[in-house]
Amino acid sequence: MGYTITEKILRAHCKGKGVKPGDFIRARVDFCLGNDITAPIAIEEFRKAGAKKVFDRTRIALIPDHFTPAKDMQSANQAKMLRDFAEEHRIEQYYEVGRMGVEHALLPELGLVLPGNLVIGADSHTCTYGALGCFSCGVGSTDLAAAFIKGECWFRIPESIKFIFYGKLKKWVSGKDLILHTIGDIGVDGANYKAMEFCGEAIKKLPMDDRFSMCNMAIEAGAKNGIIEPDASTVKYVKAAIRKNKPKRKGFKMYKSDKDAKYALVKEYDVSKIEPQVALPHLPSNTKPVNKVKNVSIDQVVIGSCTNGRISDLEISAKILKNKRIKQGVRLIVIPATQAIYLEAVKRGFAKTFVEAGGVFSTPSCGPCLGGHLGVLAEGERSIATTNRNFVGRMGHPKSEVYLASPAVAAASAIRGRITHPKEVAK
Amino acid sequence: MKYKGKAHKFGNDVNTDEIIPAQYLHTKDPVELGKHCMENADKNFVKNVKKDDIIVAGRNFGCGSSREHAPISIKASGISCVIAESFARIFYRNAINIGLPIVTARSAPGKIKNMDNLEVNTAKGVIRNISKKEEYKTEVFPAFIEKIIKKGGLLNAIKR
Repeated sequence: MGYTITEKILRAHCKGKGVKPGDFIRARVDFCLGNDITAPIAIEEFRKAGAKKVFDRTRIALIPDHFTPAKDMQSANQAKMLRDFAEEHRIEQYYEVGRMGVEHALLPELGLVLPGNLVIGADSHTCTYGALGCFSCGVGSTDLAAAFIKGECWFRIPESIKFIFYGKLKKWVSGKDLILHTIGDIGVDGANYKAMEFCGEAIKKLPMDDRFSMCNMAIEAGAKNGIIEPDASTVKYVKAAIRKNKPKRKGFKMYKSDKDAKYALVKEYDVSKIEPQVALPHLPSNTKPVNKVKNVSIDQVVIGSCTNGRISDLEISAKILKNKRIKQGVRLIVIPATQAIYLEAVKRGFAKTFVEAGGVFSTPSCGPCLGGHLGVLAEGERSIATTNRNFVGRMGHPKSEVYLASPAVAAASAIRGRITHPKEVAK
Repeated sequence: MKYKGKAHKFGNDVNTDEIIPAQYLHTKDPVELGKHCMENADKNFVKNVKKDDIIVAGRNFGCGSSREHAPISIKASGISCVIAESFARIFYRNAINIGLPIVTARSAPGKIKNMDNLEVNTAKGVIRNISKKEEYKTEVFPAFIEKIIKKGGLLNAIKR
């Protein structure tokens, strides 16, 4: 019997016992991470357990990205816990404000997570790195504390669902639209406990930034991980990241699913039939084609986050907003996910475009995505956002609303002040 | 273990932003987190909940973020045990890891009414509805998980 890419990576990281879906394993962790919300609990648990030393100071990243630059005193204290712990244990991958980026954009950019790796993070969107052909999944703070101590994590090997995307993408349709459409189809628990494997000719042609967006939102269908077999695009991305940032661990392994691998379910989508998507409040699965929602007025537009804060996201937004003004009364908040993306957006004139259009261009932070800061919604307000969740109160007041969409739809909506198909405002 | 209390009912897909909104994540203090438990799902929950009461929910309880603050706030609110048709996976492992008792029971939540008096026996895998004089079966934990629970959470379990 053949194995899926997820099963192969998990098997390669445990001592041979667990081989089939449903088996419990203790697996070796190649890399783990925590942020300013989750790591403080992990650090406290690490200390309470009486641990003195981390398993490997080069395989841990501490990234204060959620409530930073510190939004209040308590957040400052939490970020300080990461700084102090990093210093105490000489943890190499600690990123101070100024070098910090949104964790799931930053780590791939720095070549710290690689194909074939097993990565855990105390953040649900850790599943993003599956776009590189690694197994990566979100866990809790106590799991992270255990990984700090032992370099291991427990898993139940998941069944996989195979999603085959064929056909040619329509103009203005991105990876974000494919994943929103998929979640709309299978529901917010449609892949609970399972691996989502994305494949097919449309995925092979998909740029890496779009692949990250897709794997990023696997968790919104309840999945353990999202994953895409590595190919030439992956290798190009990874090699460039390694060349630029010279990480210590440079070796990687490319796994592919066997032809006779077993899947719990196989779904096929003709992408040429998929329109730009919008997920309505209050679930990411509540999706509709943008044309069915276009009379909805908005107060705020957020472009950024671990889902869509990468350079190609800013590029398409800037292309739509170039020489245009956003609608009076609408707030546009653009947040590049990392400092490198920020700098490139400045160099290429995107930052200027956003500011001239009447928007703000912010330092990297998770910020408004989780209602932290930099754009929290008031009672009754409505935002369209390129983020990943639209739960009740996600971006602020429990009586505010979040509509999820791609950067192109978000940028077009900023111009009209209502949810808009990009073709209405751009060619 | 046995848990006895009144049921507090919730629907499907109760997410971690409803269980503990992000505005409170600048603290990890259980007492403070407990004060805001379930705030975006039912703002009167904390006022109504009594020690040892039981949350009863539908499918996919705890979906969304990995914040361990969610099971911590539930535990701190006085809730003794959570029954759901299914749990989101990160919430499931967080609850196991920190020792918040959770019970998966496919059909029971549909039969339990808000404020019913319940008794959950996790060893026997049975929920007794004292108000309605009914009994429901629960799923039992796999042996691997049971071991973590018996050792009192993940960090105790990994100690040699």
